[in-house]
Amino acid sequence: MRLYAAVAVSGFRRHATYRMATAAGVFTNTVFGFILAYTFIALWDERPHLGGYDRGQALTFVWVGQALLAAVSLLGGGFEQELQTRIRNGDIAIDLYRPADLQLWWLSADLGRAAFQLLGRGVVPLTAGALCFELTLPGDPLRWLLFLCAVTLAVVVGFALRFLLALCAFWLLDGDGVIMIGQLLCVFFSGTLLPLTVFPGAFADVAQALPWSAVLQVPVDVLIGRYAGAGLAGALGFQAGWAAVLLALGRLTQARATRKAVVQGG
Amino acid sequence: MWVRSTMTYRASFVLMTIGNCVAGGLDFLAILLMFSHIDALGGFTLPEVALLYGATCTSFGLADLILGNAERVGQRVRDGTFDTLLVRPVPVLAQVAADRFALRRLGRTSQGLVVLGWGAASADVAWTPLKALFLLVTVVAGTAIFCAVFLAGAAFQFWAADASEVANSFTYGGVTLLQYPPTVFAQDLVRGVTFVVPLAFVNWLPVLRLLGRDDPLHLPGWVSLCGPLVAVLLLMLTGLVWRAGLRSYRSTGS
Repeated sequence: MRLYAAVAVSGFRRHATYRMATAAGVFTNTVFGFILAYTFIALWDERPHLGGYDRGQALTFVWVGQALLAAVSLLGGGFEQELQTRIRNGDIAIDLYRPADLQLWWLSADLGRAAFQLLGRGVVPLTAGALCFELTLPGDPLRWLLFLCAVTLAVVVGFALRFLLALCAFWLLDGDGVIMIGQLLCVFFSGTLLPLTVFPGAFADVAQALPWSAVLQVPVDVLIGRYAGAGLAGALGFQAGWAAVLLALGRLTQARATRKAVVQGG
Repeated sequence: MWVRSTMTYRASFVLMTIGNCVAGGLDFLAILLMFSHIDALGGFTLPEVALLYGATCTSFGLADLILGNAERVGQRVRDGTFDTLLVRPVPVLAQVAADRFALRRLGRTSQGLVVLGWGAASADVAWTPLKALFLLVTVVAGTAIFCAVFLAGAAFQFWAADASEVANSFTYGGVTLLQYPPTVFAQDLVRGVTFVVPLAFVNWLPVLRLLGRDDPLHLPGWVSLCGPLVAVLLLMLTGLVWRAGLRSYRSTGS
C-alpha cells in the first residue's frame, strides 16, 4: 500500500513540474469555457429548461466541465500512449518483472496526476467562470465533498477505460487509432459537447447508462444538485459499479495479454 | 516519407482517418442536436450555421494538414532534436511542415467540405459564378490565416518550450468559435477576433456578406472583401516572428 501511495505522490509531483504547461492549459480551458458558455446562453435563451437545466445550471455544466477536463482526462491523459510505447518496445517486460501490480501501479500514478490537475487546472477556470457568469454552485460543504467523491470515481472509471485501450497494443502494436476512437467516444458520451440529458429521447437514456456518463455527466449533476437522498447514492453507486466492472475487465485482459507477450530478444 | 511510414500500419491509418473525420463531425453533430430543439441559434438557421461551419472546418483542415505539426516544435526544442532540422540543407520551415506529415488529417477537410456543400446548397443564397469564386477565395484565405496562427504558435514555443497548449486556444478555440454565428458572442469577443487576432476574416465577414446579413460590428461593406489581404499581411508578420524565434533559439544544455 505504501508503494502505491509513493507512486501516486510521484505522479502528482511529475505533473507539478510543468508549470508553464499548466498555465497554458488553464488559459486554454478558460478560453474554451467562454466560447461554450456563450453558445449555451444562446441555446438556453431559445429553449429555457432544455434537458432539465436552467440557464445557471447549464453554465455551471460548461465551467465544471472545463475544470474537470484535465483531471478526468476527457481528451486523454497521456499515460495510455506511454504504456503503449512500453508495450511496443518491450519495456513492459521490466514492468511485469517488478514486485508491483501493473494495473494498480498505473492507477496510482493516474490518481496522483488527477489530483494535481484538479488543483492546477481546475480551480482557476471555475473561479473565472464563477466571476464572469452566474453559476449555480452549492454553498453546502457536504455537497462539495460528495462532488469530490464523484470526481474520484470518475477518474477511476476514466482510467479503467483507457487502460483497456492501452492494452490493445499487445495485439495491434500501433494503437494510436484505437486510442483516438476511445477519445472520441469519451468526448461524445461523457457530455463534454452537450449534457447527455439534451440528447433526443431513448438515445439520452442509452447515453446515460454507458460508462462515459460516469466520467463527467454524473459528477456535474452531483454538484448541481440534480440528485438527493437515494438518487444520490444511486448515482455514486452507478459510478462505482462501472469502475468495478471495467477494472475487472482490465485485469482479465492484462492476464491474457501477459501470457501472450513475447519480448524481442527472448 | 512520413506518408509511407503511416501507411505501414494500415489498420491504424484507416482508424485514424475515420477518427479525424468523426472528430470534426462530432462538433457538427452537437450543432445538429442543438437544432433538434431550436429553429435558430443567435438568429441563424441550420443551413446558415452549416455554411459558417463548413467554411471554417475546410480552411482549418487544410491549414492543419500543412502546418498542424508545427506544434511539435516545442517538443523538439525541449529535447534538443531541433538541431537536426538546422543542419539539414533544406529550409527549416519546410521541414517543420513535413515533420510527421499526416495525410489522415484530410479527414477533417473532407468532412468540412461535405457540410460546406450542403450548407451552400440549402442556405438562402442566389449563387452566381462570382459568389462561388468569392467562397473559394475565402476558403483559401482562411487556410492562410489559420496557417499564420499555427506558425505564430510554433514560434512562441522557442520562448516557452512547454506551453504549446496556448496555441490550441487560438487554433482549436478559433475553429470552435467560428462554427457559431457571431451574434451568439459578446461584442468585445467579436471585436477581439476581428481586430486583434483577425479570425473573423476566415468565415464570419465573408459568409455574412454572402448571406446578405449585417455584421454585428457594422463595419463598412468592403471590409468583408479584405480576407486575402489580411491573410498576406498576417503571414508576413508571423513569418517575421518565426525568424526572430529561430534566431533566439539556443539548443538545450547551453
